Amino acid sequence: MNKMMKHLAWGSTTLLASLLLLSEPALAQEATMDKGDTAWMMLSTILVLLMVLPGLALFYGGLMRSKNMLSVLMQCTMVTAVVIVIWVLYGYSVAFGGGTGPIWGGFGKLFLAGVSMDSQAATFTDGVVIPEYVFICFQMTFACITPALIVGAFAERIKFNALLAFVVGWVTFVYFPIAHMVWDGAGLLFNLGALDFAGGTVVHINAGIAGLVGCIFVGKRIGFRKEKLAPHSMTLTMVGACLLWVGWFGFNAGSNLEANGGAALAMINTFTATAGAIIAWCLVEKIAHGKASMLGACSGMIAGLVAVTPAAGIAGPVGAIALGALAALACYFFVDTVKNKFGYDDTADVFGIHGVGGIVGAIGTGIFASSSLGGIGYGDGITMGAQVWIQIQAVLLTIAWCGVGSAILFTIVKMIFGLRVEEAAEWEGLDLSSHGERAYDM
Amino acid sequence: MKLITAIIKPFKLDEVREGLSALGVQGMTVSEVKGYGRQKGHTEIYRGAEYAVSFLPKIKIEVAVTSELVDSVIETITSKAKTGQIGDGKIFVTSLEKAVRIRTGEADSDAL
Repeated sequence: MNKMMKHLAWGSTTLLASLLLLSEPALAQEATMDKGDTAWMMLSTILVLLMVLPGLALFYGGLMRSKNMLSVLMQCTMVTAVVIVIWVLYGYSVAFGGGTGPIWGGFGKLFLAGVSMDSQAATFTDGVVIPEYVFICFQMTFACITPALIVGAFAERIKFNALLAFVVGWVTFVYFPIAHMVWDGAGLLFNLGALDFAGGTVVHINAGIAGLVGCIFVGKRIGFRKEKLAPHSMTLTMVGACLLWVGWFGFNAGSNLEANGGAALAMINTFTATAGAIIAWCLVEKIAHGKASMLGACSGMIAGLVAVTPAAGIAGPVGAIALGALAALACYFFVDTVKNKFGYDDTADVFGIHGVGGIVGAIGTGIFASSSLGGIGYGDGITMGAQVWIQIQAVLLTIAWCGVGSAILFTIVKMIFGLRVEEAAEWEGLDLSSHGERAYDM
Repeated sequence: MKLITAIIKPFKLDEVREGLSALGVQGMTVSEVKGYGRQKGHTEIYRGAEYAVSFLPKIKIEVAVTSELVDSVIETITSKAKTGQIGDGKIFVTSLEKAVRIRTGEADSDAL
């Protein structure tokens, strides 16, 4: 078992991916396709969709004022639909098209050219494959959730068309290249030896940084720090957060690509890290403000899930508790103190939780991979210090690529469409002013 | 005739209503209101963002009674709505010039 996991971690470095896609019939005959693996990956794919719709949408929606509820549900829904279409047209090709460049996957699979019912995608075990369509769908849901996560940072004031234009550019020039770099066998970070089991850098650091850049470009909401901008429904936020947790088993354990012991390790870590983070967030909140809150518990839940994403199949179940707890403390500090100090208006704390939790998780993965801490251990000749340094390089590269790319895209979109709705529309609420409907008839 | 307006804690409404019925008070009007007095409000904290909530939910009772009943009504409301904690509320008494029962046209004390 351990040997196999080491092979997973080191033979192919990063776990997801290794996408030596076997489309030639000759290879296909030697490969085994297991119906259990295929069924598990189909289920995982649907679970990741559940994370976005309605999980993330409700989680964010509850945090908004009631006049902006539908706008956030709508933004998450439309981002998902748009990215699905883009993914099939060119996204999959650009990320996993079989090109050997370190940054782009090429145009070899535009419009899913050459993919059929019989096409196969490799897993982490030699000779074990899953249908390529399943792999395409699984990766598609990751491409959907990442830009949907960004929505929370500048919610309650963004123009709908500006958001969609930004998302099209962002997945094209930021998400697809980073997904290729981290997950494709030819990718830059993949070959650097960075460990990222289920997408801590690609999904969470990426979304967190884009969110931070976005909320600075879009500007603060009217009334920020003057009026009460409190969540309108903590109930729906809790429902959404819990749907995210459930869906995250598809995200993390599904990233193993096979239904085996590696997926089981990712599964238990997705339980324990999250529990550790919930408890840590509530404890620090109790100490700092005297009361543990439901929003605190939900925030801890997401922080733990984010942090364990890169470590899911790598850390041990007890190490994961510590990793989750550490991430919760770091995220709490950013959400409670740093944000107030700098005064940026990250509406749903996309940077504070996904960005910061993602960074703690990515670097922490380099620490908690250690077999002395219950992890699966490092590759031959690699020390904890060396691995942590590789992790830090991957984090810095992601921050730089995403930060610069997002800033350029926001500048362009601002010139073409403008980023913010009119002041009167913001007062009225985006539900009525952007979509002509109301969430609640009250 | 007097109009007695009492602002009380919401969970004390039933006790007050029972006490007034026992006195022979025939009807009352109740509204859910918000306000503050010495109790002030409270603060809510969402991920480090602190909001002051100044207005607290209260119940407003309006009862019109004959002048003879005023003292016992005040005494009943005071005893039934009292918890001894800050925020128990207030009672205001104003003079009432006229009262009419719409269905019959009866006026003043006959209308109460």
